[in-house]
Amino acid sequence: MNKQILTVSPSPHVYGKESVKSIMYGVIIAMIPAFAVSLFYFGLSALFVTLVAVISCIAFEWLIQKFILKNEPSISDGSAIITGMLLAFNVPSNLPIWMIVVGSLVAIGVAKMSFGGLGNNPFNPALVGRVFLLISFPVDMTSWPKPSVLNMNLVDVQTGATPLAVIKEGVKNGQQVSDLLNTLPSYFEMFIGNIGGSLGEVSAIALIIGGIYLLIKKIITWHIPVSMLGTMVIFSGILYLVNPDLYVDPLFHLLTGGALLGAIFMATDMVTSPMHPMSMIIFGVGIGLLTILIRVFGAYPEGVSFAILIMNAFVPLLNKIKPKRFGETKKV
Amino acid sequence: MLKTFPKGGVHPPENKISKERKIEELQLPKTVTIPISQHIGAPSTPIVNKGDKVKVGQLIAKSSGFVSTNIHSSVSGVVNKLEEMLDSSGYKRLSIVIDVEGDEWLDTIDRSKNIKKEVTASQEEIINKILDSGIVGLGGATFPSHVKLSIPKGKTAEYLIINGVECEPYLTSDHRLMLEKADEMLVGIEILMKAINVNKAFIGIENNKPDAIAHLIEKAKSYKGIEVHALKVQYPQGGEKQLIKALINREVPSGGLPVDVGAVVHNVGTAFAVYEAVQKNKPLFERVVSVTGKNLNQTANYLVRIGTSVNELIEAVGGLPLDTGKVVNGGPMMGKAIGSTDVPVTKGTSGILLFSEKESKRKDVYNCIRCGKCVSVCPMGLEPFLLMTLSEKAIWDRVESEKAMDCIECGSCSYTCPSSRPLLDFIRLGKSSVLKIIRTRQK
Repeated sequence: MNKQILTVSPSPHVYGKESVKSIMYGVIIAMIPAFAVSLFYFGLSALFVTLVAVISCIAFEWLIQKFILKNEPSISDGSAIITGMLLAFNVPSNLPIWMIVVGSLVAIGVAKMSFGGLGNNPFNPALVGRVFLLISFPVDMTSWPKPSVLNMNLVDVQTGATPLAVIKEGVKNGQQVSDLLNTLPSYFEMFIGNIGGSLGEVSAIALIIGGIYLLIKKIITWHIPVSMLGTMVIFSGILYLVNPDLYVDPLFHLLTGGALLGAIFMATDMVTSPMHPMSMIIFGVGIGLLTILIRVFGAYPEGVSFAILIMNAFVPLLNKIKPKRFGETKKV
Repeated sequence: MLKTFPKGGVHPPENKISKERKIEELQLPKTVTIPISQHIGAPSTPIVNKGDKVKVGQLIAKSSGFVSTNIHSSVSGVVNKLEEMLDSSGYKRLSIVIDVEGDEWLDTIDRSKNIKKEVTASQEEIINKILDSGIVGLGGATFPSHVKLSIPKGKTAEYLIINGVECEPYLTSDHRLMLEKADEMLVGIEILMKAINVNKAFIGIENNKPDAIAHLIEKAKSYKGIEVHALKVQYPQGGEKQLIKALINREVPSGGLPVDVGAVVHNVGTAFAVYEAVQKNKPLFERVVSVTGKNLNQTANYLVRIGTSVNELIEAVGGLPLDTGKVVNGGPMMGKAIGSTDVPVTKGTSGILLFSEKESKRKDVYNCIRCGKCVSVCPMGLEPFLLMTLSEKAIWDRVESEKAMDCIECGSCSYTCPSSRPLLDFIRLGKSSVLKIIRTRQK
């Protein structure tokens, strides 16, 4: 009998295949269709903006870990890449480069690393970066380049308002929704992404493909996207039924702005969303309600980012809603 | 739709490598080391001394309380010593070491091969026989079986549930037993039904054993009140509470016992042992053990005398492979890693599982990314991430109020965690601390 040294450790002795890395790279793969559409419509500038955002996020995370926190850099886990991509997805493709770098610093430095890095941040880092930019540089953040197929120019693109902004301005000036819709791209064009907006949010179909991938890979569950989008449809549907001249129909709300990007990629961020099915549904409903409230009655034409960040703040409270325990109700 | 428990669970790769290997009798060892504590409850009291001659099946240690049981010699020979010996827990425990001489069985044991179907023993006789024969839960929990069969006053059993799930990956001892000893097992089930006075028994088998399901359905036709149910392959389907929920849709209350919902659960191996004890007068001194692992050239299901060294089992399949990094007593999800292979097989040893060095390593631990997967896989509806944090911070009152004591230690949380966090390790720490507090409070 040979004497071999045996490992002794408590059970279980086998582990699942999933890892933080596999989840993060899964999300990155799911973003590829939307990224491809943004390249198609916004050209090289979309590529440039995304690259800058990703590289600055990785660099800031590495620098902060190396020189301030002095811990083992964890950039290889892929989460900084996601933050960078999502930040880029949430800005116009013609945003000045230095602004993207500043946005990345806020996202990684303020929203993520100051709370202790991956897993500890209460707010979605990319959205914190985006909202910081929106409030600080409102003009640059809301002059949207018009999509033009395979645009190779980095500058001198035409800019215009997003469909949501057109409706908001128009209704405020007393125009009817139906007249305004006639001036906008058709719903089909919105569906494929031929509209103005942030570079990753325009194409509904590309985002849905990414969402299906995430569902199949079990990286997200249906609870948050379905409850959020469902609430948006019901709330905006009620308003539409009350007065279709004043309020635009639910489909418009779904296809424009950051509704799908938010529902599929931002609200479902594991770190900043609740952990039980019931609290996830309440979380999604809250985002849906706040989004429509801001879009219809608020000062900004778009409210998904604010809605998600506000609901992020409720997550610790929502996590107090306990799942039903086995053997709980029939206590004798 | 296959029956299953409603919430949580995981589906690890099944790896039932040894499922085609017929049960073989392992060659008699030269010595056996029989610990006096192989079951849950009080250790038995030895009644033999050094130098005594014993026969196979002879009582060598007596039950020392209600939750305790008898232990019998598994071999014939001479008691060499009573000494503290290393067992699979990693601790040294008092054991009876017997040097084997021949293979002389007690005359009272019926060694004939014929199946004795007619059950003549009365309810009381059955329960006494089970206690006398030292039968404990052979699924691995080793809870003395007579205790489960003694229904407390004021409660009634309605169903006997027989656990043939074998949801642990790798293990195949129950699977083989169901295929090879179906009639004996079914008679054993009839005996158990009589013991608790029920007329309905359900056998639950995971759907990855279609041959065993078909075989038992066919065999069960000639027995009254025994139904076979195929269950979804979902770990921990064989957890007692999960199995009850799956089969009769009742939830054992938190802190309660199966009998609170009218169920008594026994393992298929236990049913077989009950048959042998009651019909053949044979005490529990041998059991089926799977010897398996991906790094083995040959796997096996051995009928092993209790007290045989694990070394002998491994030698019988060709010796410990050089790349072995871990040896587990039991299955990969709930089994215990043993530090030395020179420990005896006991009543609870359902398998000896070998892992290569590469498979033995745990993965690096990362931050919790709050994915909630541990919550979604917990079959008890607990929040493993929270229990771990509370245990780390030693907030024991919260550990208790968050129901750590409901945890069945199935390991689904640790299995599934993408950050490889040692969730169950910390929950165990929390449970043992809470248990101490509860005991102090009761004093």
